[in-house]
Amino acid sequence: MAQPFTLKNIISIADFSKQDILTILKTAREIQQGKISLRLLEGVLMATCFFEASTRTRLSFEAAIKRMGGDVIGFADAAVTSTKKGETLADSIKIIGQYVDGIIIRHPLDGSARLASCATDKPVINAGDGSNQHPTQTLLDLYTIKESQKKLDELTIVFAGDLKYGRTVHSLAQALTHFNVRLYFVAPPSLQLPPHIADDVKGRQIKFSFHDSLDGVLQKADVVYMTRMQAERFSDTNEYMRVKNMYELKAEDLKGVKKNLAILHPLPRVAEVHTSVDTTPHAWYFRQANNGVVVRQALLAHVFGKL
Amino acid sequence: MPKTTLSVSAIKEGTVIDHIPAGCASRIISLLHLTSQQKQVTVGFNLPSKSMKRKDLLKVEGREITEQEGNRIAVLAPKATIVIIKNYTIVKKYIAKTPKEIQNVFVCPHPQCITNHEQAETRFAVSTHGIHLSLRCVYCERTYQDSDIREYC
Ligand SMILES: [Zn+2]
Repeated sequence: MAQPFTLKNIISIADFSKQDILTILKTAREIQQGKISLRLLEGVLMATCFFEASTRTRLSFEAAIKRMGGDVIGFADAAVTSTKKGETLADSIKIIGQYVDGIIIRHPLDGSARLASCATDKPVINAGDGSNQHPTQTLLDLYTIKESQKKLDELTIVFAGDLKYGRTVHSLAQALTHFNVRLYFVAPPSLQLPPHIADDVKGRQIKFSFHDSLDGVLQKADVVYMTRMQAERFSDTNEYMRVKNMYELKAEDLKGVKKNLAILHPLPRVAEVHTSVDTTPHAWYFRQANNGVVVRQALLAHVFGKL
Repeated sequence: MPKTTLSVSAIKEGTVIDHIPAGCASRIISLLHLTSQQKQVTVGFNLPSKSMKRKDLLKVEGREITEQEGNRIAVLAPKATIVIIKNYTIVKKYIAKTPKEIQNVFVCPHPQCITNHEQAETRFAVSTHGIHLSLRCVYCERTYQDSDIREYC
């Protein structure tokens, strides 16, 4: 018997125990296999409050809600709300919380989802707060790792690209500290993992190392998590072009990699993963994007105590 | 009661904050808004100390620092001794205790933190690493050293 899931608000992956993570992944698997009734959210009305546009995340949540028989209202961008008239986030959430059974929030400022959860007694789910957290992305990343490797322990996981600003990297690295993994962080020195995340990983006795090239690292990996390199992070265009080419993964680079290697990417990609990789058995990024719906279904079912 | 040997003159009523790390007294003045209440405040900078070599010391005339305030001080001065004085005698003396969470004392240094954009109580989870403290903003989840904090609520 699995332990009960106790989180009421889904704000940060740091709030999750190992058991909480495993519970969500197990339920998501059962939903995918058709073992769980889909109408679990019948009679539940959710609000998707997107103070910053993110069409893919919003549609993934709305699909998850509707596929479980729930209903959803909301807005796709702050331009249409009274925040433009100067209403505070706390007031907006307090009022919206009276109309619905739960709130899914995306907001450009760090910590906004935590603040929102303090303003209402209805469950609040963070769909991205600035550069801070995006816990459902992390859960679907973990789900895809488990799906591709059949386990979360004894894995070698390589993060590559922009590790400094990449929010998905920070949360996933934090979540992986619950498991027995070896982490490699591959980035140009100016975009390496921030010290506070490295400290978190170090504090959990996880073995990790920093590298500035995928050479020699790729062959060890069970999972490679690629991230987008954004031109605006570089002060010098030549430097950007040089780095961009260095971190571009092509099908021909995959000679000698492990058979089980899974390449993940939170998408959208720019040039980090060449389209020639798409037809190899190592391409898991589309599958990963697709897993977003079942993982969000599982999470909603648990938040509303339906399982 | 025994006489204290403070190198600044004794006070009749009020609080003495002793064993402040050298250079930190002015930050404690800002933290407790000590100059805004027209109370007499005497500061000793870089006084000799047996246990800390150099220390700062503060005397606040006519104001009793509460235990809650004392614990806020602990974030900047982990070994501070707080001495409450009434009628020239010590009525209470304790070492500040670092709280687990500290509310509405510091401004979060991260400009994109929601607490810098909305009226919200700031909250930091406090953890100690030897003599150093780290403060993790409950909202934006960034971690700071006590020395990163520049502004008080
Ligand atoms: Zn903050």
